[in-house]
Amino acid sequence: MTERISATINGRPFTGDVPAEELLLDFLRDRLGLTGAKQSCEVQVCGVCTVLVDGDPVSACCYLAADVDGREVETIEGLAGTDFHRRAADAFMRHAAVQCGFCTAGMLLTAKALAARGADGDQDEIAAAMSGNLCRCTGYVSILDSLTELLGGQE
Amino acid sequence: MSAVGKSVERADGQLKLSGQAEFTGDLRLPGMLYGAVLHSPVAHARIRRIDTTPAEKADGVVAVLTGDDLSDLDPYYGHALRDRPVVAIGKVRFLGEPVAVVAAESQAAADAAVTLIDVAYDELPIAASLETALAPDAPLVHEKRARPGSAHGLGDLPDADGNTCYSYSFRRGDTGRAFEDAAVVVEGEYTFPAVYQYSMETHTTIAHWHGGELTLWSSCQHPFLVRQEIATLFGLPLDQVRIIVPFLGGGFGSKSYTKMEPLTAAIARKAGRPVRILNAVHESMITTRRHNMTARMRTAAAADGTLLGRECQSWLDTGAYADNGPRVTATAGDAAPGPYRWQAVRVEANCVYTNTGPAGSYRAFGATHLQWIGESQLDEVARRLSLDRLEIRRENLLRPGEEVRPGGKPLDADLIGDVQKAAVAVGWSGGSGGEDSPTGAGGSRGVVPPGRYRYGRGVSVGLLAAGAHPVSMATVRMGPDGSVTVLVGTTELGQGARTVMAQIAAGVLLAPVGQVVVHGTNTRYTPYDRSTGASRSTTVAGLAVQRAAQNVLDALLETAAARLEAPPQLLTQADGAIRDQGGRSMTHAELVRARFGFDGGELIGHGRVQPEGGSGSYAEGPVFWEVCVAGAEVEVDLDTGVVTVLRTSTVADVGKAINPQLVTRQDEGATLQGIGNALFEEMHFAPDGMLLNDTLLSYRIPAFTDVPATMRCSIVENGDGPGPFGAKGCGEGALAAVPAAIVNALADAGVPMNALPLTPERVWRRIQELKIS
Repeated sequence: MTERISATINGRPFTGDVPAEELLLDFLRDRLGLTGAKQSCEVQVCGVCTVLVDGDPVSACCYLAADVDGREVETIEGLAGTDFHRRAADAFMRHAAVQCGFCTAGMLLTAKALAARGADGDQDEIAAAMSGNLCRCTGYVSILDSLTELLGGQE
Repeated sequence: MSAVGKSVERADGQLKLSGQAEFTGDLRLPGMLYGAVLHSPVAHARIRRIDTTPAEKADGVVAVLTGDDLSDLDPYYGHALRDRPVVAIGKVRFLGEPVAVVAAESQAAADAAVTLIDVAYDELPIAASLETALAPDAPLVHEKRARPGSAHGLGDLPDADGNTCYSYSFRRGDTGRAFEDAAVVVEGEYTFPAVYQYSMETHTTIAHWHGGELTLWSSCQHPFLVRQEIATLFGLPLDQVRIIVPFLGGGFGSKSYTKMEPLTAAIARKAGRPVRILNAVHESMITTRRHNMTARMRTAAAADGTLLGRECQSWLDTGAYADNGPRVTATAGDAAPGPYRWQAVRVEANCVYTNTGPAGSYRAFGATHLQWIGESQLDEVARRLSLDRLEIRRENLLRPGEEVRPGGKPLDADLIGDVQKAAVAVGWSGGSGGEDSPTGAGGSRGVVPPGRYRYGRGVSVGLLAAGAHPVSMATVRMGPDGSVTVLVGTTELGQGARTVMAQIAAGVLLAPVGQVVVHGTNTRYTPYDRSTGASRSTTVAGLAVQRAAQNVLDALLETAAARLEAPPQLLTQADGAIRDQGGRSMTHAELVRARFGFDGGELIGHGRVQPEGGSGSYAEGPVFWEVCVAGAEVEVDLDTGVVTVLRTSTVADVGKAINPQLVTRQDEGATLQGIGNALFEEMHFAPDGMLLNDTLLSYRIPAFTDVPATMRCSIVENGDGPGPFGAKGCGEGALAAVPAAIVNALADAGVPMNALPLTPERVWRRIQELKIS
């Protein structure tokens, strides 16, 4: 069974049929070639598949593609090139907060949602809000420092 | 300005930040099929019959592979012991072992078809734990001894007995006398859990046969060793197996040696089309894990704190196939004495088969297994003799140049200086005096019952045999525009190898680091490198890069001497140029073009690292001793058993930091893995061999909220490494040292433990047992 959806994906309209059971992650990666969102835990814990749906971070591994009907989806490919991404990337580069890079896209998208909620540079708040994005390389310190700087620096 | 010693930005940073970095799972080959693996539902059984017919007829299925498809091959692999069939042949030895593989037009079709395969098993008695596998009447996981593999590096493998597939032992001095003379003897039995390395990217491989040649894209740390095993398995010359390594989403040892490549190559061979196998997390957790272990240790000391003797016996559970178990076992044996001066030592380490998922390498293996035990016994000696815990280390630690083990490399680090730094960083008082009273840097908890929380500090010191077999090659190419390409087989798995290799080449050539590009490995074109692991890349492969770059520099100087008509010794290097004493200079681009007489050609330099003055064997090594030093401060809640790590400190004793920021990141990452390992990570196997916690819902790794209030990394640069610019490797030591420091800090708070992880329940039970209040 397929469902017809109309959605905005990275600012562009998409209309088409998707299998009712297709996961958003597979839809983005396999159908649209947007491979910036990664697959890992498949149980909505690790956050490497994070994308924004209507501005909220969701785990694309546990979200149906059909459910983005009428909504806006933003992936790292859409975020790249925006002013937020440029400032975030600057901070992440300065703090060497990227290592293997498998979690990085999800981190940036969650951070964007956090910024949109008006979070400031409070480290405890950032740590709590980001705890659904796991990283096995960094020890998080460099990412926390980057986000503290990024979120603290905006008015 | 040299790029060496500077925290230059990561070469792959922007690519990863924009989501463009390609991992194996992001690749799509034309005609590529998707693989799904049928896993054994039982831990030990004979396979009576497999019926693949319904699966073969299912929609979208192109091929189904079973053991019967391998009859034209010698289908066993394993770099240490050739004990593992590509897919189960006649028997399964662990719950989850691949029994068949389906290749289909979509992942969904493959996943559906795999459930249609019907297998009849005759179940056998199970040995799913060390205890059952070592019992006198234990069922044998392997009925016969496997042949040695081609890359165990451990000399003649001794005969094995029962389920013990490898033993490593040594004795020095007379331990009997040392224990008779002792004023104090500390002894205990310890258990150490299996954990999963948990790289965020699971094992992923694509195999493509074309014209009799095999190309594999794989998330592998050791492409050249994989090439060798695959070539042997399929009877191909080395060059007809090509391994291409995209970016890796972490490794930590989980992607070392051969993993999913044989299975993927075998199903692609049968399907006649490219096939990808992308593991789910629960599949990767039974692809590899860390060895769990039980150990007995005792330590003897004189009344003045002089260490006399240590004995240690350990049993490491390598699961159903050896993987890197023998090497892990030998390294654990070497870590048992710790870096101390002993009158007598006796060590025996055993690698044991069980009916569980295979165990292999995990960051700082061996040292992680034994350091927390040895260091906790040392603290207990100090406590019983009322000695300062730093002072007993200062008195007994080996000094630079002293023998660590007979016939091996002497100590090449200042451990006393290192441990002092680690201690001070967690609030220990400096100098030779006693300790400050730990106050809990974590701050006030408000009104709590008096005495509910206790605080403690600990340090730990150890050594890890690092560098593996010292064979690495590199090529450096400079084009007529002055740009530089480095070909080196190191895998970029997040540690920053491509950045550091670029810095090394740029440092030799005095070229702008941004003009130096380091690509991923393609074994057809990239020069040989043994492996990415054992903290060897900067030290060994980096040295090859330095030598290759020097080769190019020599050619530049030769051309400059001719063109500027000056003797080479009077030429100096400037940024991206060579100049004479009169101030005339030529850029690298001008020199390359001048040499070839047109806008073309390239300078090619080769660098080679090989064993010098020996065979490069493990016994003669290591290449260097990686320092494992840390300090920790903890809080324990006596009501709940919850342990909180308040502060940690690590010491990266790296000789020379090529990129200090990346060194710090390595220690931070290892520290947090160490906290997870120490406090909560543990794989639980049921008696029937089933892994009970095989998802992130039930196996937890550290999150942002687990970061301690203070995590400090000190970099020590004594220029005493054998690598480029005096460098030596880092990144693993902290994972051995941090859990040991946490265990010692908890004992300092009054709760000595002999089992990891330090879960609230385990700690609470110990508190009740010791009647602490």
